[in-house]
Amino acid sequence: MSQAGLAARAAGRASRNALTGTRIRERRTVMGIRQTDLARTVEISPSYLNLIEHNRRRIGGKLLVDLAAALGVEVSALTHGAETELLDQLSEAAHDAREVAAELPRAEEFVGRFPGWAQLIAAQHSKIAQLQRQVNAMGDRLTHDPALSNALHEMLSKVTAIQSTAVILAETKDLDRVWQDRFIANLSQDSQDLAARSAALVGYLDASANAELTPATPQEELEAFLARSGFHLAALERGGAVAPFVERTEDAFQSDAARASARDYFARYKSDADALPLEDLKAAIAELGPDPAAVSARFSLDLARVMRRFAALPASPGLPGFGLAICDGSGALTLRKPTEGFAIPRFGSGCPLWPLYRALGQPGRPISDRIGQADAPDRVCRGYAVCAPVLPMVFDGRQPMESTMLVVPHSLMAADARPRDADPEVRAGCLTCGRDPCIARRDLPLLGEVF
Amino acid sequence: MHHHVLLIEDEPNIIEAIRFILSRDGWQVSCHSDGATAVDTVARLEPDVVVLDVMLPNRNGFDILRELRAQEATARLPVLMLTAKGQAKDRERAEDLGVSAFMTKPFANAEVIDRLRSLVEA
Repeated sequence: MSQAGLAARAAGRASRNALTGTRIRERRTVMGIRQTDLARTVEISPSYLNLIEHNRRRIGGKLLVDLAAALGVEVSALTHGAETELLDQLSEAAHDAREVAAELPRAEEFVGRFPGWAQLIAAQHSKIAQLQRQVNAMGDRLTHDPALSNALHEMLSKVTAIQSTAVILAETKDLDRVWQDRFIANLSQDSQDLAARSAALVGYLDASANAELTPATPQEELEAFLARSGFHLAALERGGAVAPFVERTEDAFQSDAARASARDYFARYKSDADALPLEDLKAAIAELGPDPAAVSARFSLDLARVMRRFAALPASPGLPGFGLAICDGSGALTLRKPTEGFAIPRFGSGCPLWPLYRALGQPGRPISDRIGQADAPDRVCRGYAVCAPVLPMVFDGRQPMESTMLVVPHSLMAADARPRDADPEVRAGCLTCGRDPCIARRDLPLLGEVF
Repeated sequence: MHHHVLLIEDEPNIIEAIRFILSRDGWQVSCHSDGATAVDTVARLEPDVVVLDVMLPNRNGFDILRELRAQEATARLPVLMLTAKGQAKDRERAEDLGVSAFMTKPFANAEVIDRLRSLVEA
């Protein structure tokens, strides 16, 4: 991340920290407790509490816990108010619009004085991000969705036939009656075909008009289901059984194929959860950092399983979850969990230089690299990948292979592990990557030099 | 002398319209709709120019063009490629393969005639 970006984030954090004092003051006032009495309860001087309440002293640790207890609220109620999310969004908006020098240190003041304007900016930033995702998805779709590509081709062919025929009828003065009748019949037939194809195309597009990720395949149904819970299945953690969960979630899937995929996924999730409970994983990450190899060694578990467990960690406010991509031996993506700074294409595959695909060629050898998106150059992620057999190994048998890639977003990396170079080695895919020349390019960038 | 054009296209009413306008303009027109046998048809008919659609049944126009350019007899045969896919990458791909001219559907009748004339008279 750039120095300016770091400064912006730091300013945003400072604003959020500053709000804690304001919340303490508001809560105390609502409860009708005098400042002197509250100070005595938590064993500090009234003047020090006054400084805290006016956000002129940072607060944390035992004193924060004591104050929360004295005010009868959870600590999080003092540190994460409703406006924290708004400040997060403003910080993000300012960060994304680096050409504008927003006064981030005064964000809290701005939210306090102009809450409506602040919400408007946050809402517009959210809308812009949504539109950007839709542009990426549509570009991806136009290039890789064979149904859409064929439909457009057929419609344009009909339009061409109609246009050519109509021009002949209109401009050929001596056209005899036989040809006239023939071309009019063609025109009628093509017009009807075009109307039918247009209606079909509108229906096809309408199916996804209200959602960015309308499931079209069993895999997408499963991914959409998992996305709703951030790929974290609380019911299967801590000894939860698979069968009742499968039964409860059956209605969430439209196709039997999706239900079958879900059953397999849930069984694997449960097995992973039993092998590496989340609390143990969290503790290991806190100690070792988000390094799947180190965690794998700590628990003597295979790397792919550890990566899947990373991806099952729930996201928390302000912190994105880990991304995950899994592909089979043919390179077909079988699971996609995008994360901040790394969107995984919905159609087609990603960049051949992803560690995920490079690992396919070197089974058993972990590979990592800097990966990211062209439109998020300061949020370079790190991808960790390994390829391993899906089933226990047997002699002389056909063994399907599977490659797994964990994506550690920039904001979850340890500060000293974050890439200094803003430009990732590998990007999400050709369509949004303007790198030229590229030894692995398959498609031209959809938006040219935009990024 | 009539120039001979081979139209490789699978949309029947486009074939009929183009055949009509080219015939009235004095061209000898042959038509073919199957991508798989298109190269053989070119070799057999020996046209002066080929109009080649990109999306054809059984084999796409890019593959056909690649094979035509790889054969000595058709390496320099004028080929006008038609496609409904107007993306820049298709044009670049066709140019890389040695296409003579490129048109995107929908096109004007007069434009087809002008392009073909310029190709055979070049």
